[in-house]
Amino acid sequence: MTKAFLAILVTAILTENFLLSKFLGICPFLGVSKKLNTATGMSMAVIFVMLLATAVTYPINKFILVANDMAYLQTIVFIFVIAALVQLVEIVLKKYIPALYSALGIYLPLITTNCAVLGVVILNVDNGYNFAQSMVNTLGAGLGFLVAMVMFAGVRERLESCDVPKFMQGLPITLVAASLTSISFLGFTGIVEGIFG
Amino acid sequence: MADKKPLYKEFTKGLIAENPVLRLVLGTCPTLAVSTSVEGAIGMGVAASIVLICSNIVISALRKIIPGKVRIPAYIVIIASFVTIVQMLVKAYVPSIDESLGVYLPLIVVNCIILGRAEAFAGKNSVIASAVDGMGMGVGFTGALLAMAVIREFFGSGSIAGFQLIQESWPVDPMIIFILPPGGFFVFGMLIAVANRLAEKKGKPKAELHGCESCPMAASCSLIGTDDSCDVKEATVK
Repeated sequence: MTKAFLAILVTAILTENFLLSKFLGICPFLGVSKKLNTATGMSMAVIFVMLLATAVTYPINKFILVANDMAYLQTIVFIFVIAALVQLVEIVLKKYIPALYSALGIYLPLITTNCAVLGVVILNVDNGYNFAQSMVNTLGAGLGFLVAMVMFAGVRERLESCDVPKFMQGLPITLVAASLTSISFLGFTGIVEGIFG
Repeated sequence: MADKKPLYKEFTKGLIAENPVLRLVLGTCPTLAVSTSVEGAIGMGVAASIVLICSNIVISALRKIIPGKVRIPAYIVIIASFVTIVQMLVKAYVPSIDESLGVYLPLIVVNCIILGRAEAFAGKNSVIASAVDGMGMGVGFTGALLAMAVIREFFGSGSIAGFQLIQESWPVDPMIIFILPPGGFFVFGMLIAVANRLAEKKGKPKAELHGCESCPMAASCSLIGTDDSCDVKEATVK
């Protein structure tokens, strides 16, 4: 049982990394990865919202949508719940946990339309995970997001002091650097079958 | 504002000058994810264009009714409804496309091109102008996806739209890396570099990530104007 959970976790972090192999959440990956502390802050906010979103949408999907044969409404309901949830979290954090709000607050509005959050919720449903599996998969996806963001922020900081050819400056070189970071994650292919299979 | 421009300009601006993918750098996630084959690229391009045109029309028609404070949630619900309709149609009539797009089909909801156009254009302009704007942006998105997909499918699997061009008997093998995730980032980076070069010749600014004014979340984003905003330009040392 623990082994199965570990397999889901490792798959989500390494072999099916959200940013580098599934391309979910590329906007923050390219946009807010300039500095290590912003990259970490954004990732923490994503992990937080992803876990909350999974915890809230799982019962809604199971007991309201599927139970009433309305599964076709999933897309609408999920995005609306996520949007409302992000707003609510922002208000609650601001009022009751100002320390956490000052650390994550500025990233929250950007997360509503982040495909990583909606993506993980939909993937959990598509894969037919139960509640515990969904939460583990979500945690893995979030940690994978953090790992990729932190790694890439390191690469970006080095990139700033490089002499880049004129036509590659700015976005093109950032994307090529992302490509190389992504190649490093290809090395994990097969690791889950190797350890847990 | 834009109402005074001739209608055809609303269409043509989306093709090249304001191409959503290569110039405005929006909708990067689907661009990278589904451009491994020409079939998937066309499927995604058409599906997103239909949603874009329909939601632009409805949002523009309702622009005087929707209160400004709740416009983003209202837009999201309108877009999500059209995505659900498209999702059902695709599942019923072209199941092979549904399979190749997978999770990215429902994720059209959070495609920043659609919310971005709603916020930047449809919410301020007439219904007809918004529909034409949606068409132009849709064709521009599909075109950029196709360009990516043709390059990636040709080099990665040796075929274009399923037709095998590099024969097995030839002494060359396709470079599989092009259809793997790293190839997506690489080809996209190169296309942006080419687009920047062409824009530079015409004296236009380079493509930057978002350049906050086209970002749908700009209204509620508190990073604007700070060092941390999504502006890649500053990242490179001159």
